[in-house]
Amino acid sequence: MTPAVAHAARGYLLLTPAMAVLAFTMAAPLGLLLAYSFWTQHGLVVDTRLTLAAYAAILSDPGFALVFLRSLAIAAMASLAAIVLAYPVAWFIAFRARAKFLWLLLVTIPFWTSYLLRVFAWKVILGYNGVINSGLMALHLVATPVTFLLYNPVAVVLTLIHGYAPFAVLPIYVSLEKIDPSLLEAAADLGDNPAKRFFRVTLPLSMSGVIAAFVLIFIPATGDYVTPSLVGGANGLMIANLIQAQFGRADNWPLGAALAITTIAAVSLLCVLAATGARRAASRIR
Amino acid sequence: MTRARYGKVRGAAAYAILYLLFLYAPVLLLPLFSFNDSVFVAFPLSGLTGRWYSAMAADEEMRIALFNSLKVGIAASVASTLLGLTIAQVLTRGIPGRRLFAGFSNLPLFIPDIVLGISLLILMTRLAIPLSLATVILGHLALCLPFAAGVLLSRFEGFDLSLEDASRDLGENAWMTFFRVTLPLVLPGIAASLILSFVVSFDDFLIAFFLCGTDTTLPVYIWGELRFPYKLPNVLALGSTILLASTILIVCAEWLRRRGTQSQPAAVAI
Repeated sequence: MTPAVAHAARGYLLLTPAMAVLAFTMAAPLGLLLAYSFWTQHGLVVDTRLTLAAYAAILSDPGFALVFLRSLAIAAMASLAAIVLAYPVAWFIAFRARAKFLWLLLVTIPFWTSYLLRVFAWKVILGYNGVINSGLMALHLVATPVTFLLYNPVAVVLTLIHGYAPFAVLPIYVSLEKIDPSLLEAAADLGDNPAKRFFRVTLPLSMSGVIAAFVLIFIPATGDYVTPSLVGGANGLMIANLIQAQFGRADNWPLGAALAITTIAAVSLLCVLAATGARRAASRIR
Repeated sequence: MTRARYGKVRGAAAYAILYLLFLYAPVLLLPLFSFNDSVFVAFPLSGLTGRWYSAMAADEEMRIALFNSLKVGIAASVASTLLGLTIAQVLTRGIPGRRLFAGFSNLPLFIPDIVLGISLLILMTRLAIPLSLATVILGHLALCLPFAAGVLLSRFEGFDLSLEDASRDLGENAWMTFFRVTLPLVLPGIAASLILSFVVSFDDFLIAFFLCGTDTTLPVYIWGELRFPYKLPNVLALGSTILLASTILIVCAEWLRRRGTQSQPAAVAI
């Protein structure tokens, strides 16, 4: 055995436990999920003959399509808004802040508190006797508490923006940090004003961070279960609520599996499209 | 710095501070209501009390859930850090298929938790493995591994491989080189990976929700209380305690990482 081959063999051997764990906890379950989506269930009996029944059931019920589209729209809005709100902060930390480390730490700390309780906090803010209503009443702007704040898709979007904020700030910060300052100086020397310089140099060069942020927020946001359950109300339910229901009350695992597979397929496709689109837009800038 | 430029920096800083306010205000409601003398979590506040903290300390069910979460978090973080170490050790030394392995270990990041949760539930059911803390730990391995591997990879990439060559040239074998050279150099990364993985596991609700069976973890317990809110103030007291503890943990983790070459928070490495 040559040294290179021996080195590689040792490497593969050392990787085996980690890869075995990933195979058992991720690849095998996802493979089984895919298989399950082609099976059917009659009471407690699972029929393993392959059919498209579950997918046909999804297609035939416009309710599923509605919740699917709503989930994707809510997640897309939340990720885009989170990116737009976070970009100036990332820019400030990367180019202007003195205590970068402190700023990054401050952005991440709220992220490490219980996700459930953070979502619940939004219920307290937007609720009937919540922060906003108390404020409005105290200022005598309304006579009775307003009820349109909570239990709707807007509340879900707002809560998701808050919940995934660090996923927007950090990747954008990393991509901005990598930009060679001499490129910015060159743009200024060649006569670009700060706004032009930003759109022609900084923004295109930070596009990888923007794309990473979008993917890191869009995927978990589409599949978020807690937020729509607590602040979404009937009109704010998302796909995860439907999937969970198939494994709970509705007890139709093949349908739940098909919904999950459709979700993965849809988010992957949209992420690839968004990333390609963003890259193309960035490369078009002259 | 010219006056105009100084003004711009101040504008950006003001916006950043507003943004932090948006991040912190909802979170800080939890400690506020944990001292509020009312079962209902709503305004107006009705007076200061410490009774939710003593109720929390006496709450047996919550204590069991907390200990379950601690057990799961410790097991999952130790195991995923060990596995992350093997990934970082191998992938920073050039091996055919490096990108493939790196991609595979990052894959759980791109699967929504709900999907990971139900597919693990299906697997455990098909294999007739009873649901328990053990199945939660298995699920958390998939959840934590990308974080552990990410933190450790960035740490391994930060040190000079020629130090290992020197050790080998001086006659140490591969194991002794690892223990005497590599390990001390990556120790801050290991600590950061343990803490990050622990926090990810400790905060997970969905995977545990599907896989815990009757062994309730803390988030699963909190979920029950959020929907039937008669013990909610106890949960807020606990949440505030956890907020304080995890802030201290994260500050320690970042401080440990910072002692090395990088000055970015652990999560940046992902």
